Amino acid sequence: MPAGYRGLPVVTDVPCAAGCTACLDECPTEAIVIAEGRVQIDLGRCVYCGRCEEVCPVHAFKFTADPKQGGRSLGDLVVTAGTRPTVARDVDLARIFGRSLKLRQVSAGGCNACELELSALANVNFDVQRYGIEWVASPRHADALVLTGPLTEHMRDAVRLTWEAMPDPKFVVAFGACAISGGLYREGHIDRAFLGEHIPALYLPGCPPHPLTFVHGILDLLGVR
Amino acid sequence: MRALAVDRVASWLPELGWRDWLASPEVGRPVAVFGRNAGDGRVELTAVLDHGVDGLAVVATRVAAGVPQPSLAAAAPGLAGFEREIHEQCGIAYVGHPWLKPVRAQGADSAAAMDAYPYYAVEGKPVHEVAVGPVHAGVIEPGSFRFQCHGERVLHLEIQLGYQHRGVERLLLAKAPGGLERAVPLVETVAGDSSVAHAIAFCLALEAQEPVSAEVALSRGILLELERVGIHLAGLSGMAADIAHLQAAAGYGRLRTVVINASMRLCGSRFGRGGVRPGACGYALDAEGRAGLANAIATLKHDLPAIDERFFGDLAVRRRFVGVGVLDMKRATEIGMVGLCARASGVRVDQRIGGIYEQFPLPSTTAATGDCWAREWLRMREIHESLAWLARVLEGQPGWARGPRTAFSPGRSRLCVGVAEGCRGEVVYALETDAAGDVVQVKVQDPSFRNWMGLQVAVRDNEIADFPICNKSFDLSYCGHDL
Repeated sequence: MPAGYRGLPVVTDVPCAAGCTACLDECPTEAIVIAEGRVQIDLGRCVYCGRCEEVCPVHAFKFTADPKQGGRSLGDLVVTAGTRPTVARDVDLARIFGRSLKLRQVSAGGCNACELELSALANVNFDVQRYGIEWVASPRHADALVLTGPLTEHMRDAVRLTWEAMPDPKFVVAFGACAISGGLYREGHIDRAFLGEHIPALYLPGCPPHPLTFVHGILDLLGVR
Repeated sequence: MRALAVDRVASWLPELGWRDWLASPEVGRPVAVFGRNAGDGRVELTAVLDHGVDGLAVVATRVAAGVPQPSLAAAAPGLAGFEREIHEQCGIAYVGHPWLKPVRAQGADSAAAMDAYPYYAVEGKPVHEVAVGPVHAGVIEPGSFRFQCHGERVLHLEIQLGYQHRGVERLLLAKAPGGLERAVPLVETVAGDSSVAHAIAFCLALEAQEPVSAEVALSRGILLELERVGIHLAGLSGMAADIAHLQAAAGYGRLRTVVINASMRLCGSRFGRGGVRPGACGYALDAEGRAGLANAIATLKHDLPAIDERFFGDLAVRRRFVGVGVLDMKRATEIGMVGLCARASGVRVDQRIGGIYEQFPLPSTTAATGDCWAREWLRMREIHESLAWLARVLEGQPGWARGPRTAFSPGRSRLCVGVAEGCRGEVVYALETDAAGDVVQVKVQDPSFRNWMGLQVAVRDNEIADFPICNKSFDLSYCGHDL
């Protein structure tokens, strides 16, 4: 585990203080819901600022150093007491791409933090090539489209053209809070219709997600063990 | 790191006086010039000027909306980008401007404006055009590059940006009523590889009337220099990869991990996020944190010289970088370059003065040749200078605790400016309040906004095959420009 990393948050079963909205007021992305007097975090929106942990009077939140977090649906990303978001193996994707996966990355409003973490996957520290996973320059060579950023309006056509240039079978990975939910830019100059039509097979939360979040997520999806 | 708070009323100049003022070089270097539709049929224009050791100054004027203004860009090319932005944001037509093209297509029907971008074209039978982007062949942000070539020679390059436009300034302004001090997470993603510099400049603007303690300033300075070292290492690693120098690509890349993990141990994020907050230290520094940081610095100081020697001592590297992508001092000054790219052309522009840098000075180095070699050599030098600075400030440092964020009360009719020297140059935030004390403008300026023109100029007469290393040597931000 990366020491000091503000990664996977866990929430306790402790009831909220009566009438308290401290975490809701602080959360920059409305990632927290209070249901039946207990807190839940939607990791699809969370930007891991840690403010909820700092302000909660009953210490309901704790950010751990665990980078292993992800989901195959948006619902998987909601953290409640005693649950953690995990990526289950996808039988079909595992059969097709389990031994070789080529990725095309498109940043559509990404701030270059997600992009740098994805680039880091190819450095000597993370070295995903050893798993048969590789970045490719041409969409023609790609099996998966890894999207970062909230999907700006100005990248709408470029994202579609990249996807259409990729041969079947193919799938989408949403990397980071912006790509998953719009993140901090939900009210921004964005157009998320593409993700409505092409539901990602894998969601990797974080702002930005740690490279190990990607490694764990993709290996779990493909059943590599 | 510098901040300034001024009374709006005191900064007004008559329109003519303003123009004379801006066009004369002795008034100071324009750091930012921006406009705002005041809503009363007038546009307010504001300029932040740098007077070097004498600090920052602000001058402003009001002009009638919809009335064309004479452009100053022909006399002062460094103002051309500002005029384009004011044209786009406030609708002012500048007469005599070289070409009032879209900056990031912020107006209505912006997608159509992006498609209809008016590229400069060179005509003639032997001239051909190369179009690249917006999606590039690597894991990199989008932008469209249009080359006019004669054979392998680049006659002209034009870069169309705006693909990353998210509406940062509008979103920040919308956050103002609830308290801008809550907006740091958004500010940290304006240019995510400069999260710390943006957060610091933003906080400096918020705190312009009540500067923070030396301890808070030091906590920020440490993260800022770690960010600089990390991004410079990423730049060097990328340049090495671009010329197939595997050892330096791997070596610098590995050491970047060491640095950004040091930031992570301090504040939880490899990008320094959460480490800067208004009015207080954003992270605690205890004995363990200090030891971890000292270890990381020692690892770099031990490992870097061998990699530097392999890379900068290699004839192959010298042959690729020397004399390629030259931006000379005269041109760099003229177009208003900032940060490392300016310093590599011999222009001494560095906002690491004042505040914590007054207590612990950091030497600002320049290079003379303005080529790819100068920019990479300077990256390497700045890494060593920042590491030495970090070691010095940590000596005998007792540490500090994380403090509570403070609220921001800007006052009425104020303009508050914060400037921080990020890894690419000066990051500028300006907040303006009206007579009722409401925030009416949040201006954000990433150094890339100033520097993209430098790349376009530098690749002229170079081989098109050298474009990747020219581009990487400038290492500019797309999202920081596009906002």
